[in-house]
Amino acid sequence: MSSFLEISNLCAQIKAEGQEKHILRGVTLNIPAGEVHVIMGPNGSGKTTLSYILAGRDAYEVTSGHVTFRGQDLLAMKPENRAASGLFLAFQNPIELPGVNNAHFLRMAVNAVRRQRGQEELDAVAFLKQARKVLETLSMAPDVLKRAVNVGFSGGEKKRNEVLQMTLLQPSLAILDETDSGLDVDAMRVVAEGVNRLRSPKFSALVITHHQKLLDYLVPDRVHVMTKGQIILSGGPELAREIDQKGYAPFVKGA
Amino acid sequence: MSETSSPHHIVENIGQSHYKWGFETTIETDFAPKGLNEDIIRLISHRKEEPDWMLQWRLDALKTWQAMREPTWAKITYSPIDYQGLHYYAAPRRQSNPKSLDDVDPELLRTYEKLGIPLHEQKILAGVEEVEGDSQRSPVAVDAVFDSVSVVTTFRKTLQEAGVIFCPISEAVREHSDLVQRYLGSVVPVGDNFFSALNSAVFTDGSFVYVPKGVICPMELSTYFRINARNTGQFERTLIIVEEGASVSYLEGCTAPMRDENQLHAAVVELVAMEGASIKYSTVQNWYPGDENGRGGIYNFVTKRGACRGARSRISWTQVETGSAITWKYPSCILQGEGSVGEFYSIAVTHNCQQADTGTKMIHIGNNTRSTIIAKTISAGRSESTYRGLVRVLPKASGARNFTQCDSLLIGDKCGAHTVPYVESRNMTAKVEHEATTCKISEDQLFYCRQRGLSEEEAIGLIVNGFCRDVLKELPMEFAVEAQKLLQISLEGSVG
Repeated sequence: MSSFLEISNLCAQIKAEGQEKHILRGVTLNIPAGEVHVIMGPNGSGKTTLSYILAGRDAYEVTSGHVTFRGQDLLAMKPENRAASGLFLAFQNPIELPGVNNAHFLRMAVNAVRRQRGQEELDAVAFLKQARKVLETLSMAPDVLKRAVNVGFSGGEKKRNEVLQMTLLQPSLAILDETDSGLDVDAMRVVAEGVNRLRSPKFSALVITHHQKLLDYLVPDRVHVMTKGQIILSGGPELAREIDQKGYAPFVKGA
Repeated sequence: MSETSSPHHIVENIGQSHYKWGFETTIETDFAPKGLNEDIIRLISHRKEEPDWMLQWRLDALKTWQAMREPTWAKITYSPIDYQGLHYYAAPRRQSNPKSLDDVDPELLRTYEKLGIPLHEQKILAGVEEVEGDSQRSPVAVDAVFDSVSVVTTFRKTLQEAGVIFCPISEAVREHSDLVQRYLGSVVPVGDNFFSALNSAVFTDGSFVYVPKGVICPMELSTYFRINARNTGQFERTLIIVEEGASVSYLEGCTAPMRDENQLHAAVVELVAMEGASIKYSTVQNWYPGDENGRGGIYNFVTKRGACRGARSRISWTQVETGSAITWKYPSCILQGEGSVGEFYSIAVTHNCQQADTGTKMIHIGNNTRSTIIAKTISAGRSESTYRGLVRVLPKASGARNFTQCDSLLIGDKCGAHTVPYVESRNMTAKVEHEATTCKISEDQLFYCRQRGLSEEEAIGLIVNGFCRDVLKELPMEFAVEAQKLLQISLEGSVG
């Protein structure tokens, strides 16, 4: 399965009127099954937009190009169907759902995905058992299940909650949008380990980050540099270290 | 991008109706002739074999009503009601004071079965009757009111042994005449408003509850109101009296068939709580709301009021209002007893063309009286929803306290939510707090849920239930589960 995720010449603009138009200007990227790819790039280069478009967020208009995910036309699918076929997006700013119990939300999500995948739903007991196990590995307090989704969570707790969801939903493609931003070293390691634990020939990840530090724990197969809506350079893990030392400027100039 | 949607076009969807209680029971029905006059009232009173004082009371009420005008201050619009074009009495023909379920028309029993209302005591006690899911329902005594008459009241023996009277009010008028005469109209006077006067003249059935001193009512009591007959108004009357140190939890539910015409429902509920008594009154109001174009549906004009007469008494109203084309309803508490407590927890959902003007009144009379108001309003489609509340602190109510929280949630951009709080404090030591918020379900929230695999409707249901959590937790357990499902169903089709 070489064509696990194929993004070809993807161009997109924001829908809202009066806004800066083109955000993606021909992104081409292949992620084979089992690989972890990293996208780095200056702010405003279109990284988050790319992750939103892959996950099916409205408000963007794809003007050309296409994306296939496991042989399917990804852009034609509803967000929830993308989730069911294995795509998971860890949000840069996880959303608060006031009054919605976290355990309830997690179980609904897990069962929605299981249902769409033709698997049996988990009952409350089986689910809690599984959730508690994951909580332990993420060094999260069990009371996080009783709280409302992301409400009153610290920045670190929110990010860990994303990793908790990711682990429970067992995606085949995880997109992490700056999940490491604003985290201390310990929390960053938890996030990286969360991804590492899922690594297998059937799991791929697209990690958007600014930090070489994360890549000490999460060694990528490929590193891509994105500026102004295009991927201008790709390389191995050493590329990230180079950027860490020299910044983006030399690469951007060369583009 | 294809196949995605946002709250902006949620409203557009004109789906088929999801009102699954909209069937009609085919049953022979006795009607009083259309119209309202002294003869009709004499006929109703005669049918119910009422004592003279009751007839006189009704006739006086009719005079009062005739001199009154329909109120126009609420934020609702509807076509004029033709009060002379309605039947004021409709009863299934075979019904003649059944002694047990065996005497009840099987067609009626099937109706309640279809509605999921448990009427078989033995089965419930033996645990045969199971609710959906795996949990068993704890026994609930039910008074089933069909159009103008009570069909059956369950668990009366069990309740009698505890000293609790739970029976149709028409029976109470005959059997417990002194109690009824003493309390009827003592909380909601006949001339309180246009609809209370109308109800007092023509009320047909409803429930009567009396809990004597010191008795904790051994089970939940409930009344299930069903409108079936065409061109008929339902005017139910409920009276609950709870003596010193006693307590009761009571729930009412309501449904009606789907029809193109509007039907009038004008109820009066009176609660009386003596010293240290407590009444928890929960409503799941699910009258037919009309179709997506606003055709048909129930006009629901209801006066509900509780009097905390004794010290440290407590009255708590919880309502989940999802039905009716028009809702006009302000369950209130008169906090007379020192240290008495009034509570109002409300969820009002409007969709399509529904209009709701609902809220509460808390009248603080006694020292150190306390009240809490939590109102959650959810509007979708082209509906309009208004919270209207009054907190009044009288000069002698030293140390009175009120906390009010009104939250509105909008789904789509064609609906409206309004908050109209009135606060009148005449005591310097009183503390009155009011908080209000309005929000929309954000695209961020919807997208977040959908990215986790939930459909748009599941996501909205989840977010709405979260929004209502503070109120849902006030409902008795079994009903909270039902209410959650109802919220979801009520908002089905609110997404495109």
